[in-house]
Amino acid sequence: MATAATATAENDKPAAGDPPVLEARGIVKRFGHVEALRGADFTVGKGEVVALIGDNGAGKSTLIKTLSGVHAPDEGEIRVGGRPVHFATPVDARRAGVETVYQDLAVADDLSVAANLYLGREILRSGPLGRLGLLDKRAMRQGAAAALAELGVRIPRVTTPIAMLSGGQRQCVAVARAIIWATNVVILDEPTAALGVVQTGRVLDVVRRARDAGMSVVLVSHNMPQVLEIADRVEVLRLGRRAARLRADEVTTDDLVAAMTGSSGAERD
Amino acid sequence: MSAVEATADARGGALNDWLRERISHALSEFTAATALVVLFVALSFASPYFLTADNLFNIGAQTAVIAIIAAAQTMVIITRGIDLSVGSVAALAGVAGAMVVRDLGFPLLAATAVAIGVGALAGLLNGLLVTVARIPPFIATLGTMSVGRGLVFIMTGAVGVYGLPRSFQLLGNGEIIGIPFAVVITVLVAVGVAFLLSQTRFGQYTYAMGSNLEAARRSGIAVGRNLTYVYVLAGVLVGLGGMIAASRVNSGQPNYGISLELDVIAAAVIGGASLFGGQGRIVGTIIGAFLIALVRNGAVLLDISIHYQQVIVGLIIWAAVYFDQYRRRRLESRG
Repeated sequence: MATAATATAENDKPAAGDPPVLEARGIVKRFGHVEALRGADFTVGKGEVVALIGDNGAGKSTLIKTLSGVHAPDEGEIRVGGRPVHFATPVDARRAGVETVYQDLAVADDLSVAANLYLGREILRSGPLGRLGLLDKRAMRQGAAAALAELGVRIPRVTTPIAMLSGGQRQCVAVARAIIWATNVVILDEPTAALGVVQTGRVLDVVRRARDAGMSVVLVSHNMPQVLEIADRVEVLRLGRRAARLRADEVTTDDLVAAMTGSSGAERD
Repeated sequence: MSAVEATADARGGALNDWLRERISHALSEFTAATALVVLFVALSFASPYFLTADNLFNIGAQTAVIAIIAAAQTMVIITRGIDLSVGSVAALAGVAGAMVVRDLGFPLLAATAVAIGVGALAGLLNGLLVTVARIPPFIATLGTMSVGRGLVFIMTGAVGVYGLPRSFQLLGNGEIIGIPFAVVITVLVAVGVAFLLSQTRFGQYTYAMGSNLEAARRSGIAVGRNLTYVYVLAGVLVGLGGMIAASRVNSGQPNYGISLELDVIAAAVIGGASLFGGQGRIVGTIIGAFLIALVRNGAVLLDISIHYQQVIVGLIIWAAVYFDQYRRRRLESRG
C-alpha cells in the first residue's frame, strides 16, 4: 500500500532541509486521569496545507489547543521554525506567528469587518493623539479592504457589522483575519463545519490563496473528500498519537478512514 | 476574482446594505427622538406650565443627572454588564460631598473631587468583583447597591446633610447665560464619553468585550483590566451625577436615587443600548434620558401619582427591550 511507504519516508516534503515551520514532538496532555494526548507528533512544512484528521476522541482538539497556546502540554516539545517555544497563552502563540481560527469564537458580531480584522492590533493615529489611544479608522478601513481583496474575500463593505454578513462571509473574514496576521502557520479548526457547499468553496478558495502565497495551513476537518481536495498532506491522529502521515494525492477516502480507525497497515507508532 | 469585479458584483446590493446598516444603527435612536418630540408637543398642550422658563430649566437639570449616570450605565451595558448600584453610589457620593463641605469646610471643587473619588472607588469595587471574583455583574452590583445604601444610612444616621452654603448649589442650580450649569456639564460628559467609545482603542475594546468576550480575550485584549476600567469610569460619572443631584437640593440625601437604576437603564435601552452587549451609543442614551425626564416632569405637571410614574417607566423598559430583541432577530435572521 502506498500509504505505508509514504508514512516511513520522513523527509519527502517539498521544503526538505529547512526545519518544519511548526512541529510537535511527543506531546502528552492529561486531564485528571484521562490522557488525551499520549506522545503525539505533528509536523507542518512551509507552504503546506496539512489536514489533521482523527476519530472523535482521538485528541485533535487537544492537539490544536496545545499548538495554539490554549493548553500547556504536560510533556513534549513544540518548535516553530526549529526553535523550541513555550506557549503559556494564545497571545504567545500569536507572537510566534501561529494564528488559530476557533470553530465558533472567531469574531465579534457587533463590530465591523475592519474592526474585527484589526481587533487587538488596532492602528492608532500617529503622534500624541495615538498615545491617547485614538484610532486611525481610515487606515484600518483601507488596510482591511486591501487585505480582503488580495485573499479574494467578497463582502459588501468593510464597515459592515459582522452580524449582517452570511455565515460563509463571516467565516471568510475569520479565516482572512488569521491569514493576514500569521507569519508562520494558520490553524483552522473545522472552518466549514456549519457552511453550505458554495460557502465552503469560498472559504477553501481563501485557504488556497494563502497557501499559494507561501503560508502554512493546518486544517482540522471531518470531511474526507474536502481533506483530499485541499490538503497536500494528511496527518492522522488515533488514541492520542500520530497514527499515519499520508500524501493527499496518493490516497483515497477509504485509506483515510482505515488509518483513523486503525484497520489498515497505515498504522505506525 | 479581482477586487474590481467583486465590487461591481456587490454594487447592486451595496446601497441596500448601506441603508440597512444605517437604519438599523439609528432606528432606536430615531424612534426615541420621535417619541421625545411627540411627548414634548403633547405636554406643551396638556399643561400651561410646561413651556415656562422655570420648568424647562428644571427639566434640563433633571435630564442632566439622569443623562450623566445613564452614560455610565451605557458603557457598562455595552460590555454586556449592568450596574444596579448607581442609585446608592450616587447617594453615597452626594452625601460624602455634602459632608466634607459642612464638616471640613472643603471648597466646592474639592468636594466634587471627593464625590467623584467615592464613585470611582465603588466602580473599582464593582469591576474587581466582576473580573477578579468573577461574580456576574447583576449580582456584584446588586451587592454594591445594598452595601452602598447601608453605608450612606450609617454615615448620616439616616438624616439628610443640611446647613450647606448657597455656593453648594452651583452645580445643580447655577447657570451660564440662562443655560443650567448641569446641562453644560452633561454636554461635556456626553461628548467625552461618545468620543471615547467611538474613536479610541478603549472604546473599541468595550464593544468587543460585550460582543464576544472570548474572542476579545483570544485577540490579546486584557479583558480583566479593560472591564475594570469601564466600571471605574462609570463610577466616576455616577459620583459626579450624585454630586449634581445633591447640589440641586442643596443637601446630601441618604435616600436619594432609590430605583434610579431603572430610569438610567431605561434611558440607555430606549436609546439603543442592547442588554445583550456590544451595542449602544451615547447619542441615543441622551435622547433616552431626556425622554425619561420628560415622563417624570409631565407626570408631576399633570398630577399623575409617583406610583403611576413607576408603572409608566416599567412599561417603557418592556417596550424598549422587546424592540431590542426584535431588532436583533431581524439582523441575525440574515446570517
